[in-house]
Amino acid sequence: MPTVSLTVNGKAANATVEGRTLLVQVLRETLKLTGTHVGCDTSQCGACVVHVDGKPVKSCTVLALQADGCAVTSIEGLSQGADLHPMQQAFRDCHGLQCGFCTPGMIMTAVDIAKRHPEADEATIRRELEGNLCRCTGYANIVKAVQTGAAAMRQG
Amino acid sequence: MNHVANPTGIGASVKRVEDLRFVRGKGRYTDDIRLHGETHAYIIRSPHAHAKIAKIDTSRAAAAAGVVMVITAADLAKLGGLPCGWLIHSKDGSPMKEPKHPVLAEGKVRHVGDSVAVVVAETLAAARDAAELIEVDYEPLPAVIDMSKAAAGPALHEASPNNQCFDWHIGDEAAVKDAFAKAAHVTKLELINNRLAPNAIEPRAYIADFIQATGETTLYTSNQNPHVIRLLAGAFVFQMPEHKLRVIAPDVGGGFGSKIYHYAEEAIVIWAAGQIGRPVRWTSDRSEAFISDAQGRDHKTVVELALDKDGKFIGLRADTLANVGAYLSTFASVVPTILHATLLAGNYTTPAIYCNVKAIFTNTVPVDAYRGAGRPEATYLLERVIDLAAIETKRDPAELRRINFIAPSQFPYQTPVALQYDTGNYGRTLDMALAAAKYKDFPTRRAEAKARGKLRGIGIANYIEACGIAPSAVAGALGGRAGGYESGAIRVNPTGSVTVMTGSHSHGQGHETTFAQIVSDKLGIPFDQVDVVHGDTARTPFGMGTYGSRSIAVGGSALIKAMDKIIAKGKQIAAHLLEVSDQDVVFENGAFTVAGTDRKKTIGEVAFQAYVPHNFPHDKLEPGLEEQAFYDPKNFTFPAGTYICEVEIDPDTGVTKVVDFTAADDFGRIINPMIVEGQVQGGLAQGIGQALLEHCIYGADGQLLTGSFMDYAMPRADDLPMFKISTTDTPTPCTHNPLGVKGCGEAGAIGSPVALINAVVNALSEFGVKHIDMPATPQAVWRAIQTAKSKT
Amino acid sequence: MYDFDYQRPSSMPEVKKALATSTDAMPLAGGQTLIPTLKQRLRKPAVLVDLQGLRGFNEVQSVGDKIVIGAMATHATVAASPILRKRLPALAALAGGIGDPHVRNRGTIGGSIANADPAADYPAAVVALNADVVTDRRTVTGDAFFKGLFETSLEQGELITSVHVKLPEKAAYAKFPNPASRFALVGVFVAKFKDGVRVAVTGAGPTVFRVKTMEEALAKSFAAAALDGIAVPASGLNSDLHAAADYRAHLIGVMAKRAVAACS
Repeated sequence: MPTVSLTVNGKAANATVEGRTLLVQVLRETLKLTGTHVGCDTSQCGACVVHVDGKPVKSCTVLALQADGCAVTSIEGLSQGADLHPMQQAFRDCHGLQCGFCTPGMIMTAVDIAKRHPEADEATIRRELEGNLCRCTGYANIVKAVQTGAAAMRQG
Repeated sequence: MNHVANPTGIGASVKRVEDLRFVRGKGRYTDDIRLHGETHAYIIRSPHAHAKIAKIDTSRAAAAAGVVMVITAADLAKLGGLPCGWLIHSKDGSPMKEPKHPVLAEGKVRHVGDSVAVVVAETLAAARDAAELIEVDYEPLPAVIDMSKAAAGPALHEASPNNQCFDWHIGDEAAVKDAFAKAAHVTKLELINNRLAPNAIEPRAYIADFIQATGETTLYTSNQNPHVIRLLAGAFVFQMPEHKLRVIAPDVGGGFGSKIYHYAEEAIVIWAAGQIGRPVRWTSDRSEAFISDAQGRDHKTVVELALDKDGKFIGLRADTLANVGAYLSTFASVVPTILHATLLAGNYTTPAIYCNVKAIFTNTVPVDAYRGAGRPEATYLLERVIDLAAIETKRDPAELRRINFIAPSQFPYQTPVALQYDTGNYGRTLDMALAAAKYKDFPTRRAEAKARGKLRGIGIANYIEACGIAPSAVAGALGGRAGGYESGAIRVNPTGSVTVMTGSHSHGQGHETTFAQIVSDKLGIPFDQVDVVHGDTARTPFGMGTYGSRSIAVGGSALIKAMDKIIAKGKQIAAHLLEVSDQDVVFENGAFTVAGTDRKKTIGEVAFQAYVPHNFPHDKLEPGLEEQAFYDPKNFTFPAGTYICEVEIDPDTGVTKVVDFTAADDFGRIINPMIVEGQVQGGLAQGIGQALLEHCIYGADGQLLTGSFMDYAMPRADDLPMFKISTTDTPTPCTHNPLGVKGCGEAGAIGSPVALINAVVNALSEFGVKHIDMPATPQAVWRAIQTAKSKT
Repeated sequence: MYDFDYQRPSSMPEVKKALATSTDAMPLAGGQTLIPTLKQRLRKPAVLVDLQGLRGFNEVQSVGDKIVIGAMATHATVAASPILRKRLPALAALAGGIGDPHVRNRGTIGGSIANADPAADYPAAVVALNADVVTDRRTVTGDAFFKGLFETSLEQGELITSVHVKLPEKAAYAKFPNPASRFALVGVFVAKFKDGVRVAVTGAGPTVFRVKTMEEALAKSFAAAALDGIAVPASGLNSDLHAAADYRAHLIGVMAKRAVAACS
């Protein structure tokens, strides 16, 4: 069986996989990084979003072998120790999550939004969240969290 | 209750403690749990809506690589069916038809997605590969999909030849007939309440682990009420002693009702784990969720409202067909009856109300409670017919509602449909909403929109809901097979920190925060010294779980009751330590004080002594400081409010955009305003989703045409506006629970769909459009305009 | 998913060799359609040949009077391309409206065109711009490329290498998204060239098509009002639970006008 070599959250990781193994399966099942979630099977909900070589992708729609040699950042790699990443902090401060299941993908997307649109307005943020579904919050506080987190990232 | 300025007490927007794990990806949802030696179950589901199973051949699958076992109904002959928790009687006195809901289909499948067989294998991929080797010979039967044609058959169940589950009614039919006979105006409306898929983003997931040495099974389940599951699975399906089944509902990624129920897959993993002595796991994918999670709503109703010459409502009649799907899910029968028709008085003094509900079996996924559960359906039909009556009688829709309100002086108010409202002030929320929505200035905004080529409309709706489910005596009298109490236990640890154990379950509501606030507030213990335990039958007292906006009202009240016991015990201990009589000790600000003196013992000191009782009078005083309470509510709670929606419609495309949404709610006392606002926001999104986007559509052959997010339109961020949310600044607290709370979880989903549809109809008023069914999709709105134009 | 053999060659000859190893070999570009299809077990390739190992096929370049877009250019690359944003913003905007940000980071123009989904956005641009689709064997004009529902003129094993776009004077794309999937329920790409106007519609029929009546009217007067009274017949258009054929026919008119009005 083929092996895949990744750098996950800064650490080298190797896994034996099948051709059909998805990136999200390697993260959750092999590496036990269960913060990345699966909420649909048609690439729409965005609970599985991670960064591959700095770009957000849906890890349920990427084969593990496609990511061979890539650097992957999952929600667990966003912050270390007691300190939260500014976007994680903003989601908490703005009550941008309820059940927490969509949250990792939402935050990974939000970090990317903040990088590409540091001063995004509400309409831009709502449009950029097209690939992330939340059933709990009605998105209002997520939009506020992205704005707040982006501001903190600008300053930080 | 003391209300010192406590930054983490009742009324404070405390940041959620649970977020610290969720934002780091350190939540522990069922599918995140990995057990040693686990196996994977894959369910073979029916591709037919209705068919006889002539033969199942599992031999090739059983022999396939990696397969541990294959299960069919024949293997489960000793298991009971999945039970229904509420017995409804038809108006002729006969009990509802309650055909067996087997764990795996027995000789017949009754909906697409019905579970037929199971493969348990070393990996999920192996299970799925082997599943393709199972040969099932189906003999398809015509599918029963349209409720109004269901009587023609064929029968889904032998027990119900006409596919009717029950024919139930409530109210005084004769009085209503008299009211209509003398009415100055009657408004009649036919409407549907569209079927919805709950779609919590975490799909259902279960893991069962059987320990042969002890005979104990542990079930991990994405569920809202683990004790209820233990009761249903243990007592009804498996006849297993309850102490041998532990049910753990860890972090759960949203429920909205769909994770209340005992599902077949839970029974499957429990049974399979017991057989093979290894853990068995099953996680739904989204496609499976669409054909196996209980769905919501699906009513067809004819409603008539009788008004006198002054616009007073004098009678209301509703005739509803309620789809229960192929089998009775756990609470399917109570939703269209007790949770629906008893709310038809709404916020109004309508003296005569009658409602008939016929529940129909169809070859569709079972229907059960979904956020609001019956109350959105009641609110929708009532507030739609009122709006139409306002148009027909040329009255302002706000004023027509106002003149019919139950006045504050009329509480407690007995409705003609069984409920007694304890308190409320409906004019207050109407005034708040009208002001916040700038209702008076609407004509200016409409004219401005018109100049841009857009049709602007405004819609008002009031709602009332019966929450805090439920007084056990009332539930029992109405057919409930369970109680409606909740449990709470408080353990003051030796060093003064507190462990709270609750039968409520949090799956997004933030109980770990709000329950800690209640305890911190009452016991005067720092918030960060309070830990809330929930979701594990081995660690919490028997409780009924979380649904029906009941957790704070019932579960929170149980905690208050338990803390009252803690304080009483603490007084005894303090009195002993301070050498005074119990009656001389008062508890305030976290300390037991001898009244009128500065002599006191803090609760921490009392706790320590409770566990180091070196000189306790053991004949009078037990060691320890831990108390448990069960709280059974005296009545439902009645949150109420007013929602105003403003839309703009693009007449060229039919696209409706929600441009403003105002909510004014009376939830009684509020524990954490930040969380309450979040609950309303989420409810509004689901209600707006129902009104604009979401719809489970079945083809005539029973195939679900909206079986993925590709076709089932979920609300996204850019479908929704920011909301203007306010809660009553002078609350009318609930009169009968110790916190004065009413519950807030469902309001948004109850009041918003009809406010939105009222706004759409208002926007289309220039075309003479009187009604549009949900969801008001672009195509539906465009077609309504074309149809109206072609008539003129 | 059924299992398959995954290969990632690093040169075109190796790719061709890998694809030739089995009749069930399939190329994999961004995978944003293929992987979900595989997950549903709707396809069962024996070999998946990942094209991302190829170098030099993911750029957007100006070549003479044309813009050349490598087949492996992601939607995000096209959307962000400074060349396109300056010289053909309609195409950059179209790419920026495909799927969501995550899909745009993986999905490619070559994969999208080769798939020929009736509700995909790119086909409208390829036909309206009459872009040349260049393969490892030949060049196919936009007009000749799409043959029907998920059907193109590509032969077995033939790979798109780039898309060559002639610059119009003005162009715009107007899309009416499916409320659920956000694919195009109807998308209209309007391109005005010196020698005429081309109007291509995606989402509405089994495959992308041109509306000659609109093109003629716009050739005479390039203004939204020129489309007044031009009805697209509903017969032959898609009808599904989101939009019946008559509604789609109506939306073609609305979106065409909006595209013309937005032309820059």
